[in-house]
Amino acid sequence: MSEINNQTNYSPAITKTSGSVHERWRLIKDSIARYGVVIGGLGVIVAIALIFFYLLYVVFPLFLSADAESVKQYEVPEAGLGKTVLLGVEEQNEVAVRFTDSGQVIFFEVSTGKNISTETLKIPEDAHIVSFSQGSPNSEGAVIYGLSNGKAIIVKHQYKVTYADKIRKINPVLSYPMGEEPLIVDETGAALEKIAVRIGEGASTIIVRSADKIRLAHFEKEKTLFDDEATVTRTDSVLDYSASEVTDILIDKEERNLYLLGSSGQLALFDIIDKTAPTLVNEQNILEPGVKVSSAVFLNGDISLMIGDTSGLVSQWSKVRDKQNRFSMQKTRVFKVSDKAVIAINPEQRRKGFVTLDTDGMMGIYHSTSEREMIKERISNALPISAAISPRANTLLVQSDDNKISYWKVDNEHPEVSLSSLWQEVWYESYPKPDYIWQSSSANSDFEPKYSFTPLVFGTLKAAFYAMLMAMPLALMGAIYTAYFMTPKMRQYVKPSIELMGALPTVILGFLAGLWLAPFIEEHLAGLFSLFMIIPLGVMLFAYAWQYLPKELQQSIPGGWEAALLVPVIILSAWFAFSVSVPLEALLFNGSLREWFKSEFGIGYDQRNALVVGIAMGFAVIPTIFSIAEDAIFSVPKHLTVGSLALGATPWQTMTKVVLLTASPGIFSAVMIGLGRAVGETMIVLMATGNTPVMDISIFQGLRTLAANIAVEMPESEVDSTHYRVLFLAALVLFVFTFVFNTLAEVIRQRLREKYSSL
Amino acid sequence: MIRLWFKSGTPWIWLNAAAVSLSLIMVVGVLALVVGRGVGHFWPHQVHQFSYQEPDKQPQVIIGEKVETSITPAAMAKSTGFVMADNEDTLVQYLVKTGNRDLTGADFRWIQERNIKDHTQPTNLIVVERREWGNFYGQLLQVKEAGNVIASGEQAWPVLQSKITETLAIFKEIAHIEKKEVGAINYALERLRLKQRRLELKNSLDDAAKQEIATEKTALETEYKQYQATLTGLYQKLRTDSLVAKAENGAELVIPLAKVVRVFQPNNMNVFEKVFHYGNKAIEFLTDEPREANTEGGIFPAIFGTVMMVLMMSLIVTPFGVIAAVYLREYAKQGFITRLIRIAVNNLAGVPSVVYGVFGLGFFVYILGGNIDQLFFPESAPAPVFGTPGLLWASITLALLTLPVVIVSTEEGLARIPSSIREGSLALGATKLETLWLTVLPMASPAMMTGLILAVARAAGEVAPLMLVGVVKLAPTLPLDGNFPFLHLDRKFMHLGFHIYDVGFQSPNVEAARPLVYATALLLVLVIIGLNLAAIVIRNNLREKYRALEG
Repeated sequence: MSEINNQTNYSPAITKTSGSVHERWRLIKDSIARYGVVIGGLGVIVAIALIFFYLLYVVFPLFLSADAESVKQYEVPEAGLGKTVLLGVEEQNEVAVRFTDSGQVIFFEVSTGKNISTETLKIPEDAHIVSFSQGSPNSEGAVIYGLSNGKAIIVKHQYKVTYADKIRKINPVLSYPMGEEPLIVDETGAALEKIAVRIGEGASTIIVRSADKIRLAHFEKEKTLFDDEATVTRTDSVLDYSASEVTDILIDKEERNLYLLGSSGQLALFDIIDKTAPTLVNEQNILEPGVKVSSAVFLNGDISLMIGDTSGLVSQWSKVRDKQNRFSMQKTRVFKVSDKAVIAINPEQRRKGFVTLDTDGMMGIYHSTSEREMIKERISNALPISAAISPRANTLLVQSDDNKISYWKVDNEHPEVSLSSLWQEVWYESYPKPDYIWQSSSANSDFEPKYSFTPLVFGTLKAAFYAMLMAMPLALMGAIYTAYFMTPKMRQYVKPSIELMGALPTVILGFLAGLWLAPFIEEHLAGLFSLFMIIPLGVMLFAYAWQYLPKELQQSIPGGWEAALLVPVIILSAWFAFSVSVPLEALLFNGSLREWFKSEFGIGYDQRNALVVGIAMGFAVIPTIFSIAEDAIFSVPKHLTVGSLALGATPWQTMTKVVLLTASPGIFSAVMIGLGRAVGETMIVLMATGNTPVMDISIFQGLRTLAANIAVEMPESEVDSTHYRVLFLAALVLFVFTFVFNTLAEVIRQRLREKYSSL
Repeated sequence: MIRLWFKSGTPWIWLNAAAVSLSLIMVVGVLALVVGRGVGHFWPHQVHQFSYQEPDKQPQVIIGEKVETSITPAAMAKSTGFVMADNEDTLVQYLVKTGNRDLTGADFRWIQERNIKDHTQPTNLIVVERREWGNFYGQLLQVKEAGNVIASGEQAWPVLQSKITETLAIFKEIAHIEKKEVGAINYALERLRLKQRRLELKNSLDDAAKQEIATEKTALETEYKQYQATLTGLYQKLRTDSLVAKAENGAELVIPLAKVVRVFQPNNMNVFEKVFHYGNKAIEFLTDEPREANTEGGIFPAIFGTVMMVLMMSLIVTPFGVIAAVYLREYAKQGFITRLIRIAVNNLAGVPSVVYGVFGLGFFVYILGGNIDQLFFPESAPAPVFGTPGLLWASITLALLTLPVVIVSTEEGLARIPSSIREGSLALGATKLETLWLTVLPMASPAMMTGLILAVARAAGEVAPLMLVGVVKLAPTLPLDGNFPFLHLDRKFMHLGFHIYDVGFQSPNVEAARPLVYATALLLVLVIIGLNLAAIVIRNNLREKYRALEG
């Protein structure tokens, strides 16, 4: 009962012992009401606290580390049919596939390792398999076998989903996109020692190393309009490159770039857009002497190469255009995976993550953009040799050299985000250098999401800065005058009307800023700048002249009405500023200040820019600051000011030396609350800027703020995706920022109130 | 002398005064801008006919309303690429609304005054407001019925007026049938489908139920066919009449009257006719549906949606806000914790509104709504009922947003009531509840009222959170209609503030939509200023009342 005690400490007039039924009923009602109110009141307060905790709850999974759990270990199915060259898992995590070095394809159940079916490729009797390669995890599971007689077989493994009686059944099938018969790649019949393939929509490319030459075979499928039969045109060429060293061949999915990698780290980049004449673009050595390449794959999207070496490093290389417009390979980042050699790298199929195996027996899952190590686990005591990660990246199969397969479940929902990828410069794929970029979504899954908060926070602070630059002087000066110098009669009207300005919906301010103010400023830029000089000048001139006016006139308007007198003065000076700016602009800036800025300083001009936002949002913030600061100044105890005046100080001295000093905490808190409002304002920024997330300090450039970003992207983001949670994080940042600032301001104000009452 | 003047501090006082004046000028300026542009929208402007010839080009005739005048100094014009003669000081340009988008591809064009050879305002120019392609400006030639000319020349105008009245009546009837009657049938059919699905899910769809559903369905379909027949007849009647008019470039255009909203001759109208026209347009604006991707017509659904949302929000926020305030002020022990809570509640008012929107979308829509759908509406899956933004969630989100306003205001009111009043009541033997209910709360009711009005004003103007939790640019149905259960809390709605944002920034034809946006903005400003003034007046009265009590 103590916590629901009333401050007046009454004791009920009716005691519990006294009593008719009616009186007891009154007491019961009273206590029901008491508990009702307490529960209701606390409930409301809990509901408010819920906002914070809910935001936190949504954001939290972003920073959880991933989880991997071993479900089962079983014998390699049909271990007698040859060594594994590739493991694969289909989308639903039900069927897995094992390709062997003898041309057998074994489909088996992921959960048990039970064989579902085994298929044998038709290898001619006079030949045997010498090389194998995967088309790419994404190209519908195409693989290629290179034979000793210069021929190759391309096979696709596909999974047909059927529903019988509402039960899902997955049927694995093999298909041969280039025919079941082996395809001649090298007419001389030399063994295809290394091979790579890329199967595209209409075109396919095979690159082989045979007899110390690199050969290219390109197939272009052309469908005629009326015929289902497609005609295939074939292009062959031999690359001018010493091939003996080449161990890894990689073709990107556009079939435009070819990467040849030698075992000691020579990386050659060929341009194969023209299939008849591949040209060498760049060649460089990418490894330290003594270190060998142990694994090389494309990261999802085929822009970056992940190269694992014998020293336990995985480095990411991508094609970067330098200032002379030349392409070269640049090392984007390096992961220290192990102290021992890397065995294999498996890229995830829909994200920029990858799985590594090393000779230390460890499996690791990493994410490239965020540079996070998500998982590091020991698979078993035996050495891992091959791994497969499912398309949804939630199932992992690892085969070890004791002929066991480990089946792991992976829970790795949000690897894209880390503190460094949110706040620091990140070297994104295809960018010439590390940068801060916000670019959250795109049409395809190859896209690398760029979640850098820095440009958004920059935009937020930039908008708030210009808004405060406009609002602070006006609001504080206005508050000083209204609270201390203005006649009470005028104050009675002025204060509510400025506060009314704060009640104007921001959507209207934003609309006026975007559709009226922005074009206006664009046309009258010089006029606006001259306004800043001419209005104070005009006011000063008028004030100086005022004291020389006849005494009767001066006395007919007593002190405290200056603001009213100045209204026509300001309107006149504004008119003067705009009319004088036109000839000035013509005289000094060749007619247009905007063009002049561009030609002289190279400063571009966006119509919806920080200046427009500053003015519009300044307008929205003025009433907030004004109202609180005015209250603080107005409630400075009268005996302080009267005492100061009695001692001979002028009103202005009293103001600066006594009033402002006493009220300064209140003024500070007014500014804090104003800043909080400027930071969180959404509609004005949304409408008055171009919403481009650029980091440009120029006042004539647009910006995008955290709040506007949420409003723009939230409705389109998929629930519980990384993007969704990142936007919640933005909301949480805003919430915490404004809450901290407001609390600070509120505490200061309460202190001030206590101080006043003690004075 | 000047130094002494500066030393006295007087110039600084003047400068501070200037800040106040400037702020006032800005407030009044913004209001004047909105009022000026918003009020002018409905006035029938004069239509001008220009003989226009650009250098080295054929002369042409331009017909349209003058919308804007721009005067550019010669130097600036030169730097932006205009050829200026030596004796020209300024370049005067007019923005003319020429309409006829179907003929020219644009509604507006800039013309230069120096190229205007002649300028008249013929009284016979007509403006046709159409349901498609915006306004038409030109001259009336003929009126046709079923392809035959029934009037031309002088007689065409009066005939056209009576024909249009007829056509509009038919159009209204069609709209009524399509919206109300056919809409109701479609709604009933959808309910039947859901009923069937629900029974299926429960495995209780037996033959009797099937039979019942089938009969109801047939009944509805026959009814639908009847309406369909009526509609076909009406449409035939609607399509018979048309007018033939000549556009500025001499092309003759046949405009079916079915596509015409109104025709008028602005140059031939006297002041009273213009006022009448103005009133008509204003009423249309307030009561009609939007046309042409929201850039023309009325904003009734937006007004209705805003009012509904605000009402719902008030229903939620008032009890909770008052209970929380009563708890904080009357029941909770005053100490550190209550002080903390008070600060927190106060500060929530400063949390950016978009954060509330994010919370509403995540918590109310996806979590609460998603679960409600699973529990109560399994039959409509995969289409969400409450698991998608809608009126209910928007109201609750805004209630949460405005809760601090109501709490703070009510608490202030409770604090102002002298404790002698409570003590008096208790001393007379009343319980605490009776004291609260019979004396304290009635006395604090104006404060609650103030809080509620401020909350309503804030909610009516708030857009950012609503964009996430339920507002759409065009809602096909209102959240309140004649179909059971009448109030559809799951529906999306339109909102005045969002309408401004959407039409002003997302519409394909921003220039044409601009006057409408100003008018909408004016309406919103009037509503909000009215509400705020009411709150101020109530607050002042309240203060007067307690001053008397304390004294």
